[in-house]
Amino acid sequence: MGSFFDRVVGRKRSADSAKERLQLVLVHDRTDLTPAELDALKDDLLKAISRHVEIDPDAVQIGVERDGREQRLVADIPLRSVARRRTG
Amino acid sequence: MSAQVITVTSGKGGVGKTTTVANLAIALAADGRKVVCIDGDIGLRNLDVVMGLENRIVYDIVDVIEGRCRLRQAMIRDKHFQELYLIPAAQTRDKNAVSPSDMTRVCDELRPDHDFIIIDSPAGIERGFRNAIAAADRVLVITNPEVSAVRDADRVVGILEAEEKYAPALILNRLNPTMVKNHDMLSAEDVLDLLAIKLIGIVPEDEGVIVGSNRGTPVALEPKSRAGEAFRHIAKRLQGQDVPFMDLDKQSGLWDRIQRMAGRK
Repeated sequence: MGSFFDRVVGRKRSADSAKERLQLVLVHDRTDLTPAELDALKDDLLKAISRHVEIDPDAVQIGVERDGREQRLVADIPLRSVARRRTG
Repeated sequence: MSAQVITVTSGKGGVGKTTTVANLAIALAADGRKVVCIDGDIGLRNLDVVMGLENRIVYDIVDVIEGRCRLRQAMIRDKHFQELYLIPAAQTRDKNAVSPSDMTRVCDELRPDHDFIIIDSPAGIERGFRNAIAAADRVLVITNPEVSAVRDADRVVGILEAEEKYAPALILNRLNPTMVKNHDMLSAEDVLDLLAIKLIGIVPEDEGVIVGSNRGTPVALEPKSRAGEAFRHIAKRLQGQDVPFMDLDKQSGLWDRIQRMAGRK
């Protein structure tokens, strides 16, 4: 029922789809980085960090953000606390 | 006097480059400026018909470059303004007949006697585009509020910014305020947020533009046309005047924000 309602009333307006799709496309055009390459980069990054500190891979967020005409790779990597590691 | 060379380009075809060149040239000439436009689309000549000058062509830019005529002989005087000229593209040659240094040489010869040289770039980002921007002091990037046009504009802006000398500015052409209001068209704010370059004008969709090109009388000559008014405003901005952006749909909140984004408030 919800999905029917969504489709008729709450469906995303086409301008919003256009903007969201363009945001992703422009990041890839500007960086020459495909989604698959970005995933590989994330995996390598996590492996490297895990060699030094303990992290929760599921809580990691890595993505490309736009800042004006510049792109930056932004990573939010929560570290597991030492205390929790000891008790756990 | 040394003319400012302005190249109008877009990446994608069909977004309104030629119309924009014709209208800006007319509007600048109406303000008393000495203007030459150059059709840089070798092999796909079009600026002549949009300006209504197609029957007056004897020589073209390739004739000038290859020495078959003097520059002055290839300059066609406009029907409406004494100080507005067109240098047409060759129709039977391709873009390899012109090089970036040929373009620079032609512009340098024109600079002392004019205020503005406006170059109509072909679509794409290859040889013809390189020719068109070779002599540019500034580049106007035209886009429409539409995914493919915005994407191509971004590519062009990226190329221009890498060379750090063209001061690119954006013209958002064919904005339909009603569709924007219904969230079925990217707004000017959306496009500016995506492309992140300076805005120099927003031109509303206007049937008068096609009527004008049908007649070979650019819409900038029509006092009541909204698109014509937008082009006249851009021409003023090119002359260094600070003209506020038009209120296209009488929703001042949105337009106030756009003007702030564009640094005009």
